[in-house]
Formats: sequence, structure tokens, C-alpha cells
Amino acid sequence: MSGIPHDHYEPKTNGEKWLNSRLPIVGLLYDTLMIPTPKNLNWMWIWGIVLTFCLALQIITGIVLVMHYTPHVDLAFASIEHIMRNVNGGYMLRYLHMNGASLFFVAVYIHIFRGLFYGSYKAPREITWIIGMLIYLMMMGTAFMGYVLPWGQMSFWGATVITGLFGAIPFVGDAIQTWLLGGPAVDNATLNRFFSLHYLLPFVIAALVIVHIWAFHTTGNNNPTGVEVRRTSKADAEKDTLPFWPYFVIKDLFALAVILVVFWAVVGFMPNYLGHPDNYIEANPLVTPAHIVPEWYFLPFYAILRAFTGEVWVVQFASFITGGIIDAKFFGVIAMFGAILAMALAPWLDTSSVRSGKYRPMFKWWFYLLIVDFFALMWLGAMPAEEPYATFSLIASAYWFAYFFVILPILGVIEKPLAQPETIEEDFNAHYGKADAEATPAE
Amino acid sequence: MFARYPPGAGIGENLVSHAEDNEGTRRDFLYYVAGGAGVVATGAAVWPLINQMNPSADVQALSSIRVDVSGVEPGTQLTVKWLGKPVFIRHRTGAEIQEAKEQDAEGLDALPDPLARNFNQPADAPATDENRVMPSPEGEAPGAWLVQMGVCTHLGCVPLGDAGDFGGWFCPCHGSHYDLAGRIRKGPAPENLPVPPAEWTDNSTIKLG
Repeated sequence: MSGIPHDHYEPKTNGEKWLNSRLPIVGLLYDTLMIPTPKNLNWMWIWGIVLTFCLALQIITGIVLVMHYTPHVDLAFASIEHIMRNVNGGYMLRYLHMNGASLFFVAVYIHIFRGLFYGSYKAPREITWIIGMLIYLMMMGTAFMGYVLPWGQMSFWGATVITGLFGAIPFVGDAIQTWLLGGPAVDNATLNRFFSLHYLLPFVIAALVIVHIWAFHTTGNNNPTGVEVRRTSKADAEKDTLPFWPYFVIKDLFALAVILVVFWAVVGFMPNYLGHPDNYIEANPLVTPAHIVPEWYFLPFYAILRAFTGEVWVVQFASFITGGIIDAKFFGVIAMFGAILAMALAPWLDTSSVRSGKYRPMFKWWFYLLIVDFFALMWLGAMPAEEPYATFSLIASAYWFAYFFVILPILGVIEKPLAQPETIEEDFNAHYGKADAEATPAE
Repeated sequence: MFARYPPGAGIGENLVSHAEDNEGTRRDFLYYVAGGAGVVATGAAVWPLINQMNPSADVQALSSIRVDVSGVEPGTQLTVKWLGKPVFIRHRTGAEIQEAKEQDAEGLDALPDPLARNFNQPADAPATDENRVMPSPEGEAPGAWLVQMGVCTHLGCVPLGDAGDFGGWFCPCHGSHYDLAGRIRKGPAPENLPVPPAEWTDNSTIKLG
């Protein structure tokens, strides 16, 4: 499948030939599994497998939870308690599903920042990157709708606040919001449709994951040096790569096992640590919780949403030049989605010809600052909407946009990159020694 | 049609490009008709799938309620659910009416939203206290009753009463402060709390909607 020269599947027995001439599925699976993979991949390249595991975990636990859940405003909350108290092992299934969402987002954020550091988004991998961003958006939608299903206070008010974002769209906002909710406020119609879509979207994500894998199997994996695998001959390619099976499968499964130890400890000993106590109170449309906080994985973007109030000059300027069509509320919504769009545009905003951050002395520091900024936004999103947090949020939001729209374009022009290795083999040998590498890689 | 393909010629060699064909053939016509019918049929099939998400008949039917406010003492507030959302029915004390008048005296320039947002008033009515309150029933001071949606105009949370920097309501979600007439004063909310369609049906009953 990839442009890297390698051996393809050859049907040998009569049975294999019979099947292959009718449906070449074994060959497809063989080529997918045996793809030549750069042999210098480090531990940041394990998160794809973790993500695939999370998707499977969420779909499987989700399907069995649905066997006991009732999507109705009068029964939803009680049916969750039914799962927790009466269903055999139900509490464990639900805790796995709840914390599985958190593991999913831990993995996706590390996976995204891996891509941002090593320049995995750059040509020719833009489509892989864009598909990945679509998956991330769908994950957010799925997680948000799933959080509404237990019909607790945070479910209800989270749904009210987030669907309120659509109400901020000028002119048609109210009609769209009513259409999304199926009524003037979050109610039974909303719960039912969120349940339907929460069940559907993971399968759409699964399809996009296949496209994501298809795309990077066409271009080949990026690697920590950002240097391409040699395609000059099969012999050259084999010096730079190892087949995915068994080398990387075993490595990835080992990493997954280590991560699952931590995950299992959280599920077993502190299953509600990442949740909110308010969601164990049944939804009440007449009382807002004192402090509405989204789940931790939405906090950075929630902080950006809140940062742009009417007192900020950019907001006042936008309001002025659009004749008031863009008000503070709509500006916040644009900023929040813009923060994600900025990531999606990275392939075209980054002007540097060097992929890997390892060889970009200035980029490195701006990137580390972006990581700090991400955690700062996450912390600020959980703080109440008052000073000094409001000012901090504004500064942190400004850096997020500056990184993508100012720093990435300028760095490529003014930065003098360090020398990169000629080949992946050279980088590999510098780490592990030439003799060992050429003897038996399996050892 | 058949004249295009002279006997003996291979069919592929004589296909005519329609790009230079200014007159339009019967085949072009069929393309347009088939394409147009396809678009209409797709639209007709998709529209019910979209429209089913709009409010259903039973949801739309609950659009008007009557509220008995005889038990709402001055200085207290009744919260009722109307169209799935809370409505604040505030019975203001003499002191509160006085304070609201003082806030009014700061002028419209002190308000981020200068419009009354009162369904029962013209759309361009200024946001004075007078334009926000309900007409009082007989025997009560003007401005004693304030009826408004208990839904923050920012992102839809329910503001808390007797709270905030202006003595009115405070939204805990993102820190919007409303004054004693429910007007936005500080924070991210863009508009004053809307006043729903409301009228007295007798001296102690308010009809919403």
C-alpha cells in the first residue's frame, strides 16, 4: 500500500488463490500489518494503538450499558443508579466507560502534541492530520452527548451551556438552538436525540480511523527525525524500516499494558476522581449548580470561550466593524472553534521545511511554551470567572493563537535549523550501534 | 440522433463534445430533467429527517400557563417553569423600587444593553425600569412586580437572586451581574434578561405566554 518498496502477499495454496482472486482481503490485511515502519520510532509513537484500544473499549462497554439504560428524563437518572447497584458488575462497566473517555482524551492530546512537535502534519501527511482533527472533533461531540445521558445536574447544565453556543450565531442562532434541542429548553427530546447520536458517532469515528490509517499507510509513518524512509530500492528501505508485525505490535502492546495498569488503578480505586459530585444530583431545570465546569478534557477550550468578554478591545473592535453582529458571546464561540481550527491549519501555517522539532532550536522553546499554555488554559477553565483568572485566560488564549498564526509562519523564515541525519539508519545507528543493528534486529 | 453516427464509423471516434453545442440536444435536456428531479427527490427525502428534530406538537402545546401569585410576599421571588425554562416573578419591596429608580438615574449610557427586551413593549423601547416592570394591580405601588426569564442571556444558566454587584441577579456560570430591574451591568452576557409575554388575568394571577 505505501510507496515504500516491500514484499507483498503472495497466495500459495489453492485455497488462498481461490479466495484472493475473488476477494483480496488477506493481502489487504497482510500489507496493512506488515507495513515497513521507521525503526527509530520512540515511545511517543504508541498512542495510536492506545487510541484504537480506547475506541474498542468505549464501543464494547457502551453497547452493554445500553442494555440497562433508559433514555427518558424521568427514568435516565434512576437507570444509571440501577446499573450501579443492581446490574451484575454494572458499576465496573460504567466506571470503565466513564474513565475510558478520559484515557481516550489523554491519549489523543499526547498524540496531537506528538504530531505538532515532530511535524507529522507537514507534507505529505496533511490529509492524515485533517482526518485526525475531524476524529478529534467527533470525539468531543460524542463525549459531550454521552455526558448528558446520566441526566445529572452537570449533564443538564452542561448541555444548556454548550447548545447555547449555537444560539450565539447571528440571526439564525435561536432557530438552530431550538432545532438542536427539539424544544425551547433541554428536555426529553434533547436526551433522546443525544442518546441516538452518542450511539452512532463512535461508528463514524471507527470509519474515519480506517481512513486515517489508510492515509498514513500511503505516505508512510513520520519518525522522530522527520527524515523520509529511502524509497530508492527495497534494500535501502529495509535498512530504514522494520515490519509493523511483530516489532511494533509487541512494543505497542507492552506500552498499552503499562498504561492499562495506571488506568485500572484509577478505575478500581478512584473512579469518580475525574467526575463532578454535582452529576450525582438529578437534573433540575430550575436550579443551576453554583459552579458549572465541563469535563477536564474540554477545559482548555472552555477557558478560551470565556476569555473574550465585552471588555476586551479585540471584541469591541470586532463588534464595531461588524456593526454589532459579532458580540462578545459570538466572539467567544468563534474563538473556541478557531482554537481548534488553528491546529487543523498547522500544515499551511508552518513555513519551515524541517519537520522534526529536534532540529529546530527556536521552535523547540515556543513549542514547550505551548504545552505549558495548554495546561495553564486547562487550569484556568476550571477556575471561577473572575479576576485574576480572567486576565490570565486572555493572555493564555492569546498565546494559543499567536503560536499558530504568528510564531509558526515567522519561525520558518528566521530560524536556522540544525543538521539533520542523512537517513533513518544513520540516526538509528547513532543510538544503538551499527553492529547490533545489522546483526539480528529481533534481539 | 442517428445521423451523428455514419454507418461504418466506430462509435467512439464520432462522439461529439457537448461543450461547443450551443443549441442543446435532447440528451442535454434529459440530463437536466434527471438531475433536477434527483435534487428535488433528495431534498424531499432529507427535509422530513431534519424537520423531525423541531419541537413536536406536545412541546408546542405547553406555551401558555397561569400562575397564582397571591402568596408571593414583597421581597420574595417565585420561580416557575414555563416552556421548560424558569421564569422569575419578583415582588419588589418599596426599598427595592427606590433603589431601582436610583439605578435608573445613572442613565442608559451605564447599560451595556440599552433596550428594554420586554415582549409587552415595542422592540425599541429603552431599558428604563418603567419599561421593564409589569403594570401593578390596583392598590400597589408602580414597579412592584418584575417578571422576567430566569435564563442568563450569555449561555442559558439560571442566575441567582439577591446576588451580584448590583443587588439583582448574578449568574454563577460565567459571572454576569444583573441589576434590580434585571438589566445586564457587568460580565459576558450581551442582553438584559428578557421579559416574557405576561398579563394580569385578575389581581392575583399572572398569565404567561
